Amino acid sequence: MSNIEEYYDVVVVGAGHAGCEAALATSRLGLSTVCFTVSADAIAMMACNPNIGGTSKGHLVREIDALGGEMGKAIDDTFIQSKMLNASKGPAVHSLRAQADKAAYSNRMRKAMEAEKNLVIRQGEVSELIVENKKITGVKTVSGALYKCKCVILATGVYLKARCIFGDTSYNTGPNGLMAANNLTKSLIDNDIKIRRFKTGTPARIDGKTIDYSKMTEQFGDERIIPFSFSTDPDTIQKEQVSCWLTYTNEETHKIIMDNIDRSPLYSGEIEGTGPRYCPSIEDKVVRFSDKNRHQIFAEPEGLYTDEVYLSGLSSSMPEDVQYAMIRTIAGLENAKVVRNGYAIEYDCIDATQLKPSLEFINIDGLFSAGQINGSSGYEEAAAQGLMAGINAARKIFNRDYIVIDRSEGYIGVLIDDLVTKETQEPYRMMTSRAEYRLLLRQDNADIRLRRIGYEAGLISDKQIEELNNKEELIKAEIERLKNTYVGPSKELEEIFNSVGSEPISNGMSMADLIKRPELNYEILAPVDGERPELREDIRFQVNVQIKYEGYIARQLKQVESFKKLEKRLIPEEFDYKSVYGLRIEAVQKLDKYRPVSIGQAGRISGVSPADISVLLIALEQYLKNSEKNNMK
Amino acid sequence: MSDTIAAISTSSLGSGGIGIVRISGDDAINIADKVFIGKNGKKLSDAETHTIHYGNIRDEHDNIVDEVLVSVMKAPNTYTREDVIEINTHGGNLVTGKVLECVLNAGAIAAEPGEFTKRAFLNGRIDLSKAEAVIDIINSKTEFNLRNSMGQLNGRLTREIDNLRDTILDEIAYMEAAMDDPENIPMEDHLEDLKNTVNNLIKRIGKLKDTYKEGSLLKEGITTVIVGKTNAGKSSLLNLLTGDESAIVTDIAGTTRDTVKEQISLGGILINLVDTAGIRDTDDIVEAMGIRKAKEHLNDADLVIYVVDSTGNMGDEDREIINLLKNKNYIVLLNKSDMNQTVTPEELYKNGIDKNIHIINFSTVTADGLEQLTSVIKEMFSLNDILINDEIVITNSRHKYLLDESIKSLNLALDGIDAGFSEDLISIDIYNSYIALGKILGKEIEDDLADRIFEKFCMGK
Repeated sequence: MSNIEEYYDVVVVGAGHAGCEAALATSRLGLSTVCFTVSADAIAMMACNPNIGGTSKGHLVREIDALGGEMGKAIDDTFIQSKMLNASKGPAVHSLRAQADKAAYSNRMRKAMEAEKNLVIRQGEVSELIVENKKITGVKTVSGALYKCKCVILATGVYLKARCIFGDTSYNTGPNGLMAANNLTKSLIDNDIKIRRFKTGTPARIDGKTIDYSKMTEQFGDERIIPFSFSTDPDTIQKEQVSCWLTYTNEETHKIIMDNIDRSPLYSGEIEGTGPRYCPSIEDKVVRFSDKNRHQIFAEPEGLYTDEVYLSGLSSSMPEDVQYAMIRTIAGLENAKVVRNGYAIEYDCIDATQLKPSLEFINIDGLFSAGQINGSSGYEEAAAQGLMAGINAARKIFNRDYIVIDRSEGYIGVLIDDLVTKETQEPYRMMTSRAEYRLLLRQDNADIRLRRIGYEAGLISDKQIEELNNKEELIKAEIERLKNTYVGPSKELEEIFNSVGSEPISNGMSMADLIKRPELNYEILAPVDGERPELREDIRFQVNVQIKYEGYIARQLKQVESFKKLEKRLIPEEFDYKSVYGLRIEAVQKLDKYRPVSIGQAGRISGVSPADISVLLIALEQYLKNSEKNNMK
Repeated sequence: MSDTIAAISTSSLGSGGIGIVRISGDDAINIADKVFIGKNGKKLSDAETHTIHYGNIRDEHDNIVDEVLVSVMKAPNTYTREDVIEINTHGGNLVTGKVLECVLNAGAIAAEPGEFTKRAFLNGRIDLSKAEAVIDIINSKTEFNLRNSMGQLNGRLTREIDNLRDTILDEIAYMEAAMDDPENIPMEDHLEDLKNTVNNLIKRIGKLKDTYKEGSLLKEGITTVIVGKTNAGKSSLLNLLTGDESAIVTDIAGTTRDTVKEQISLGGILINLVDTAGIRDTDDIVEAMGIRKAKEHLNDADLVIYVVDSTGNMGDEDREIINLLKNKNYIVLLNKSDMNQTVTPEELYKNGIDKNIHIINFSTVTADGLEQLTSVIKEMFSLNDILINDEIVITNSRHKYLLDESIKSLNLALDGIDAGFSEDLISIDIYNSYIALGKILGKEIEDDLADRIFEKFCMGK
């Protein structure tokens, strides 16, 4: 036999943020796994912004960690600045964001991959899926090698037919000149997978020594750093941090852009892909928000290994002379030298409504898909999907039920449900406003929400669960104690009240009721709480939040209850919508296309009305009862 | 554990008879206990299943809304196989609607079209082979509801609700954008402004909601009973009111007995005259008939017209009627003003008529006082402004329920602001009010918010 033929349980196509989590999950669960990448030097490469986390994305990282993923640990080991965003607002929108050392992060993840005995990294381009009877059996590479397997996880990121563009210059490559994957799209289409074309972009990188930081405002990290991973001891990661720098575009910048707008490939029609509205290029911002006379630009270091600086807020695909000219109008960047141009990138991705909530294709058994190929954007969104696809590919091989996190359990649930249920018209980014139960889905309680699911998946150890149980007991006991501990008026209490402008009390009041006052909290009352046990900072935080927001939390829990009822009403895979009497044609078409797994998911499909759901419930009940009867015969 | 649902289960057109508010679900009995005060002081939760109880429905201010009979039916031997409560009101759309409102305020959720039948099926009460029939019921009720509610959603109302939603969405989009991109969009001192906006929204929605009572009267008519002793001129009045063929809007057969009602239009107001057949008959039959009929129907009425023969004397029969009219919404017609009148208003006051009651000199022969009667009715039900200004009115009880829900959420937001909670919590309540208003227009929850954020705010890296 002339060509290589190998067997693995799982083939992962791509070693970006989705591919890494997927391959780590399957290999850690004991399955032999091969992970393909176009470059073994580009594992977990951060092709765009040099940070992990941020609003709602920070939640995703913590959830990944709670479930047993790698991203949180990797950034804890390699961050160079850390900040809790929205710290002055409510706990539901507190979001952790860390600046990464890009090279260190990539190496850290590569080492984690290499450390797994069941995992093989393979440089090469997968060009063909082998599908027999609607079931995946392997993949072929461009060079003709055959890799047989039980499951395939597609995590091709932005590499399918990738094309980078600035001005009238374009290259058929992935980010940083990496090879594009030009062959796989055809195989996807041959297997009836619907393809779409999206675009995104990135700003220029500047040589740091050409920046005049004295004209910018320094942005520091937090004094006390909170880790992403629940397994990281906060005391071990307190360190010297680097700064980011704030500057602004101005009217001159905007004039240069407007004078050259006809040279923008976005406006000339050169770019056909759909770009994200939340992450617009600077030319987009200037055109769409013409009343704004300046936009914020953050200069962020790419890492300690380099002097390159990322200009956050200045994503652009203008010709390089225009980019140069506009950059040099910005305070502090007057003499800047560009190391890499900003560019837009177009790529093929799939319509993710072809997927089940497990991220397996509805119509191809054993084929999973995760990350940017599903129409999402962002490292964290990709990693979250990669982890879930990995877990579910393993579940499939082990003949276990899929693990699906629902919208009331995690941002991961919201992300995946949105991707597979709604027709996304642009790259999808996580936002806290997309999570209807966000008060329950806080970044601080991701372990309480999801650790046990990670345990069920097999990625969390007995010891970690024991720790979680202890933590929960301590929280519960302390809340109980505070509800039953009464304090009366005292000089000490009065001093505390005076310091924050709180109303004095005349009678005894429970500690818990005092904590509920907006201007008070658990920490501030320590001096008048004599019997307080010594507790860890994450536990003290939970105690405070759970007492303070009790009313809101109870209300959301009630909403979750009715949500869960519909999620639990499952629709059998073979259920035939076309035979349902009285269902509107539009609803039949939509339901037949999306094949929702539950009544709950069916109700979120646009074009399916509440009355359709009532009809469906009746028909489903009849169907289930009848098949029950038939089985008994 | 299922939600507890409630709805009026009699046709809203049969407003002369008895109205039924039906509640079904795990919490049905507890909810009923919150609004029902039994005459014997017993709680419904202590009652045996399949028993009937007499008492009053009270609103949240402890005012008596109606005297009712309540059936307690515990699962599983009920229509839905859940705990079911049926409150038999004394009819009249206003009263039944008000009872439903109390029940919804006490924690029940307004039932979707066909939901009782749907539950009956899902809980195994209806045979599997009847699935198609059940689906037909759901679809036809949905369609009826849709047509019904679309009919009431005139352009101006739709526009007003759209405007309200627009304002709300702007507020949420701002807060959410600031939370999503805190380094770009500041939110300092925003809460004071927000408070003003929310207060303003509550006022606007409240104003809309307040038109419901008048609106439903305008749409469904004022259920009116004519009383008076024999030969006082009841049938003549009836003939005067209905005599002109064109004034008769419709004949409605009563659902519970052979009561006949006629719907007439009086100066643009719909009036449902109860037991017109009874009145036409009574003049030839026994004397006591008038009073007996009056007793039967008085509780059903939104309005009572008491006809007095002003050429005669106030007798025992009149005093008995006046006694029955205590605490009722009524007008006195001093009939036969074209003849020599012997009964004066003073005489009426002496016999127990309250001083605030409108007394109109009337003649069924010359139609003297008819205009005054019309304007008094308009005044009593505050219909004047609406008819004159063609204001936007709410006539659908589900619309009203949703406006209430919307206001409730906004009030929670205000509480949150006052308690010093941050925007991320307050925004949740405000968004709930947006969803409730959207349901009035039949709007599904789409990506409105994300769209608005991207449209208005320059986000991202």
